[in-house]
Amino acid sequence: MKRGLEGPPPEERPTPAGRRNKQGIRIDPEVEATHEPRRTVISALVEHEPGVLSDVSGLFSRRQFNIESLTVGPTEDEDRARITIVVEEPDPGIDQVEKQLRKLVPVIAVRELEPDAMRRELALVKVAAADPAAVSAVADMYDATAVDSSPETATFEITGSRQKIEAAVETFSQFGIREISRTGTTALARGTDRTAAPETTAQPADEATHNETYQTADDD
Amino acid sequence: MSERAAKVPPAEEEQDDDPITDSAAPDAVAETDDAETTTDPVTSGAEAVVRALENAGVEYAFGVQGGAIMPVYDALYDSDIYHVTMAHEQGAAHAADAYGIVSGEPGVCLATSGPGATNLVTGIADADMDSDPMLALTGQVPTEFVGNDAFQETDTTGVTTPVTKDNTFASDSDRVGSDVSEAFALAREGRPGPTLVDLPKDVTNGETDREPDAPTVPDTYQVQERAESDLVAAAAERIENASRPVMLLGGGVIKGEATDACREFAIEHEIPVITTMPGIGAFPEDHELSLEMAGMHGTGYANMAITHCDTLLGIGTRFDDRLTGGIETFAPDAEVIHVDIDPAEISKNIYADYPLVGDAETVVEQLAAAVDESPEATKWRAQCQQWQSDYSMAYDAPEDKPVQPEFVVEALDEATGDRAIVTTGVGQHQMWACQYWTYTEPRTWVSSHGLGAMGYGLPSAIGARLAADDDQEVVCIDGDGSFLMTLQGLSVAVREDLDITVAVLNNEYIGMVRQWQDAFFDGRHSASDYGWMPEFDKLAEAFGAEGFRIDDYDDVADTIDAAIAYDGPSVIDVHIDPDANVYPMVPSGGDNGQFALAEEQL
Ligand SMILES: Cc1ncc(C[n+]2csc(CCOP(=O)(O)OP(=O)(O)O)c2C)c(N)n1
Ligand SMILES: [Mg+2]
Repeated sequence: MKRGLEGPPPEERPTPAGRRNKQGIRIDPEVEATHEPRRTVISALVEHEPGVLSDVSGLFSRRQFNIESLTVGPTEDEDRARITIVVEEPDPGIDQVEKQLRKLVPVIAVRELEPDAMRRELALVKVAAADPAAVSAVADMYDATAVDSSPETATFEITGSRQKIEAAVETFSQFGIREISRTGTTALARGTDRTAAPETTAQPADEATHNETYQTADDD
Repeated sequence: MSERAAKVPPAEEEQDDDPITDSAAPDAVAETDDAETTTDPVTSGAEAVVRALENAGVEYAFGVQGGAIMPVYDALYDSDIYHVTMAHEQGAAHAADAYGIVSGEPGVCLATSGPGATNLVTGIADADMDSDPMLALTGQVPTEFVGNDAFQETDTTGVTTPVTKDNTFASDSDRVGSDVSEAFALAREGRPGPTLVDLPKDVTNGETDREPDAPTVPDTYQVQERAESDLVAAAAERIENASRPVMLLGGGVIKGEATDACREFAIEHEIPVITTMPGIGAFPEDHELSLEMAGMHGTGYANMAITHCDTLLGIGTRFDDRLTGGIETFAPDAEVIHVDIDPAEISKNIYADYPLVGDAETVVEQLAAAVDESPEATKWRAQCQQWQSDYSMAYDAPEDKPVQPEFVVEALDEATGDRAIVTTGVGQHQMWACQYWTYTEPRTWVSSHGLGAMGYGLPSAIGARLAADDDQEVVCIDGDGSFLMTLQGLSVAVREDLDITVAVLNNEYIGMVRQWQDAFFDGRHSASDYGWMPEFDKLAEAFGAEGFRIDDYDDVADTIDAAIAYDGPSVIDVHIDPDANVYPMVPSGGDNGQFALAEEQL
């Protein structure tokens, strides 16, 4: 068997004092610091063309990004669609989600929304209608609208935050839930704050062609 | 040749008659008179595809014919683009990839639908991992059959989405030329990569008179050229105050044409330089500041320096795991300045204290302007030199053993010029080619880094040969296993009379796997011992190439000289020591500073 090369063996070599965590960030070797995942909403404005949704969902599965929901729909501009993604990742992961999305050619703009952004989800909840009065009392509690009823079932539409829908589903469950369908979260930024808009301002001549600067996601 | 301008085929006859009074005419007439008098207007989607390639300056294309791509080939028949008919589509993709690496312009490959397209995939994935500029054009069944599992239908855009920078399904004969132009531009601009246009036969056969747009990227694709000036200033200050600085040059330095800027910067400020594997050639390895390659099979001195530095200036590198080893122990004392054109590479694997998004050459020039004083690093440089002698790459070559592979690589280097191009397969031979050839020029190292695709060596030598200057030798340092995967490419090399030399470092083993089995699987050689190999010199002769064989040290120099001197493809079957191992070695996920110099240290 071939011997190898000459030189001081590993145990005789100096070793550095520092260390990095799994996310490649230098840390105090004494304390094990990792970033905890958090849930946030990313909004992407994309070209309204075939294949974009599969590009985006493929990207998420390929890179093992944790997503809770992904919705897509048309916008005020018929050539553009908005994709709203709820992700659960540590800060460096959220940062990667945004950057990787930006690299897709049909993606026009990407942004993590502020915590106060308007977030809504719609759910259709079909329950057993054995006790119509009690069912409609619960529906009133959550501003749910009846959309269908049959001798055996009643179906309600509920819109609101994810928490509200979860609470409604929980309360409806006492009647026996037949089926549920939920849309996932869609969202917009508040007031004049633009949700994810193409950059319109001209750049200073000697500066970057787009003003994307690196920042950790919690700078938002 | 036609007098008609390409851009305005219709209505020109009337304009010629009365150019002044026709309100829409003046511009068009000017063009009709002077420009592009040699090209006919396009009449079909396929002609528009070929015109897009011609407009982009494409000189060579590599591919294999087939049903769905026939209209494009038919249009190519009349073109000045030289088409190299390959023996296998994987070879076409690798050849195009290597053409892109050596020339800097996207290499073009073509294949038919179904198996043609799927055979390209390995080469596309390779280009994607290594950010090589490449354009793949695939035939597709006619649009009306798509989705019906038609003969030779594969969802090519679906299959290739994860391994392309971008891909497009062409849906309109009027647009298809522009789709190809845009794909060409995207392959080249910003961080390069492979793009693909899937071409349904009805779209290429369809009539159009629409000339393709110029090759430009879409508006949604933006590239930041210059880094933020305050970040540059902060990074410059960090460099000035460094006491243990290193530069880590990745493949992006070569792709970004930043080699000269990096060399000047390193030499001006006397900063030791390490390269990644794709970065080989970015800095002359015979320079005293060069520590060569770091990582799994990097030099001991590069791995010591990268582990102990306090400032790491990484340029055009994605901090791949073969380079970093375990993240926890990678350059753990270093503040990292990361220059990259792709913002998504910044802090993906290694956190960047100074994120400098931009073109490598531009940002290095920005840094050069901002750094006023060189770091005081005399002691550090002395330390690096000490490591160079402590961990010398000198190897043993006992007379009673078969020829050592390191010796063969050095002999090949010796027999060729400074700008000779090396291509490789994947395995031990590839690592010896990294370690024992002294690279001094960019675009002379052509290998499958990120994907690690066996079979890359010969087809990439074909692509490299066509991109290289005539005075550059092209040497493929291959493994016996790797060569077996694509050696049908010899038929192409012979037919095209390409002057390349293949040196097969024949250990009759899947050597790299055998080495790992010895180290990590109790020496159980499961499916790694070929035990028998064809005689590659004779095989070469059967193809019409010149065959050589080396068994002893005494044969090495003369045989290599003869093979290199042979004007055409030659193959040297070099019977090396089957027990030879590659060291240093950092096991997967290991600590770079704890590299093993021999098996018992693993
Ligand atoms: C296409 C492909 N299949 C399998 C592997 C796994 N693999 C890595 S190195 C290697 C051995 C290569 O053998 P050879 O080309 O003879 O090179 P050597 O290590 O003997 O120099 C194998 C099988 C690979 N890298 N690529
Ligand atoms: Mg071998």
